[in-house]
Amino acid sequence: MKEVKTPLIRLAKRDGIDPRKAWAIRIGSIFVALILGMIPIMLAGQNPFVSYGVIVNGALGKASYIRQTVKRAIPLLGCALAIAPCFKMRFWNIGAEGQITMGAIFASYFAIHLGPKGVPAFLMFIIMCLAGALGGAIWGFIPGFFKAKYNTNETLFTLMMNYIAIGIVRWLQGGPWEGRPGTQIIPMFTENARLPNVFGIYCGWIVVLIMVVLVHIYMNFTKHGYEVAVIGDSENTARYAGMNVGWIMMRTMILSGAICGIVGWMLVSGANGTLNSDVAGGVGFTAITVAWLSQLNSFAMIAIAMMLAIIGKGSATLQTKLDVPASVAEIVSGILLFCMLACEFFINYRIIFRHKKEAEV
Amino acid sequence: MNAVVLLFAAAGAYGTALMFGTLGEILTEKSGNLNLGVEGIMYMGGIFGLLAPNLYESAVGAGNANHLVAIILAILASFAIGALAGALFSFITVTMRANQNVTGLAMTTFGTGVAKFAGELRRLKVGGYVTLSNDLKFAFDNHFMPQFLKDIPVLGKIVFDQNEFFYLGIILAIVMHLFLTKTKTGLYLRAVGESPVTADAAGINITKYKYIATAVGGGISAIGGMIYTMTTAGCVWIEASISGTGWLAVALVIFCTWRPLNAIWSSILFGALMIMYLRIIVPFFPIELYKILPYVVTIVVLVITSMRNIKDKQPPASLGLNYFREDR
Repeated sequence: MKEVKTPLIRLAKRDGIDPRKAWAIRIGSIFVALILGMIPIMLAGQNPFVSYGVIVNGALGKASYIRQTVKRAIPLLGCALAIAPCFKMRFWNIGAEGQITMGAIFASYFAIHLGPKGVPAFLMFIIMCLAGALGGAIWGFIPGFFKAKYNTNETLFTLMMNYIAIGIVRWLQGGPWEGRPGTQIIPMFTENARLPNVFGIYCGWIVVLIMVVLVHIYMNFTKHGYEVAVIGDSENTARYAGMNVGWIMMRTMILSGAICGIVGWMLVSGANGTLNSDVAGGVGFTAITVAWLSQLNSFAMIAIAMMLAIIGKGSATLQTKLDVPASVAEIVSGILLFCMLACEFFINYRIIFRHKKEAEV
Repeated sequence: MNAVVLLFAAAGAYGTALMFGTLGEILTEKSGNLNLGVEGIMYMGGIFGLLAPNLYESAVGAGNANHLVAIILAILASFAIGALAGALFSFITVTMRANQNVTGLAMTTFGTGVAKFAGELRRLKVGGYVTLSNDLKFAFDNHFMPQFLKDIPVLGKIVFDQNEFFYLGIILAIVMHLFLTKTKTGLYLRAVGESPVTADAAGINITKYKYIATAVGGGISAIGGMIYTMTTAGCVWIEASISGTGWLAVALVIFCTWRPLNAIWSSILFGALMIMYLRIIVPFFPIELYKILPYVVTIVVLVITSMRNIKDKQPPASLGLNYFREDR
């Protein structure tokens, strides 16, 4: 019989890994990604260390820079929280962009129609928040419904919903809600429809921090969260256990859309003061990176959202100071995701070399 | 009637870009890999396909560039970057066994980033728009068919008044159809996508098939990006203009029910939908709402195809699932 040589490298599935070790590998992969991110900077003819310095300085160098960075992190964090339950369920909701926009439209409706009538600010706060949540929830429910009913591809459905929502804003901007004719701009909201500032940043940051805790509890300590996790692991198991998979999908999408809608409300009411077609501005996509890098852990999202906000804000400074295109932020964000995806391999598998003794097993 | 003919004739350019994007993704998905990064791949194909003839032209001097060389360079450059991206996707999903959906989304972020970065760097270098000389622009949108064929009523405008890439796309679709249905390699590839367990047991190298199909598929999609920049966008790099094309291509794959021949007419149809607001004016209907028509149609198509549960119009059975031999 021909003797078969043991291959040079073999893989074995790990039974379990110390969570601290797993996080060490993940943080290590973030560093690897940041090192790989130096390549495009070097291609642009700049010193990567100087450039990273410029990025950090541009994002955190002054109190006003920090405020702008936090302002970027707020919607990222909120949106990542919204995406987390969907991704946990293996429901690929990439329509956060549209759900934000729809929430923003609904909230703006009340800002434009009730704002000038002098409705008290706290009442406006509640009405606009609810309206935003409703708008986002409707936009999330539609693809959720068709996925549950006919197994319609949710990735493309949610994505197409983005374009539709943005198209509707473009129409409103140039049509029914246009301020001065020909400007294509919706006028700024009245003061009672705006969010107050706390520590120089609109109070949305308090709202998202509360949501971090709520989503954490929802995902880990409620029946709903448990059902979502079971569906994510195996839809058949969930069905066998008697869960109403279709309804859980719809319910989760409604919730996810509602959170996105609230983010949309905060963007129009706090960050921008009015509605425009760029209200989501790619937040829905960057939030996917945030959610996945933090392994859908709500508290880790705070750090990751800040990190991506720093890269985003800092790369804008990098472009003005050193002529390195700001799109380097997107490249780094992509590399971060690649590395995080690939590093899971080392968490799930052990690599065994040919000559190594099997004693440690 | 005439307006409709002109609409479909004009749809050829954008439709061809979609056609290549769709054909590439069909090949990828036949191997069971669901690469959602087509958007990013087409972005990269769009800029690298422009940079190659742009650099070539600046090397030999404007006016001295050979048309055929420029076209071949554009095709090769875009194919190469797309194939690299496809190989990277395979590395992460097949070798590193990561989730295909998220990897595809990462590819979209990464690819659009790389494309914008490369375009911006070149723009800073040349100090203006990244573009080609008029002479070369013409080469890339050359409606070369003889006039008497173009003069055939109705059909002439739609079928013969098109650029060279249109015919290239049709040839590619036919070749891919024959490859998938008539050759042994094509059969093996479909087996890998339908049931990797069976294919593995039959001694087919799953990893090799997935890698090659995804890389070649990525390359073909990237050529679609190049065609977009060179025809619809008029050989000028405008960052945002290509956006959404890759996603439409992924949707079209479903619409085509994974059949290359269907890609021909469906991409022209969607190309027509995209530019309909320019050609067929509907009075009193806001143009911004008109522009979202293709996306609404896509959703309707997605819903209808999922409602009609027909046996032979299903995706490859293992689409989106990674195959681990040990997991059985």
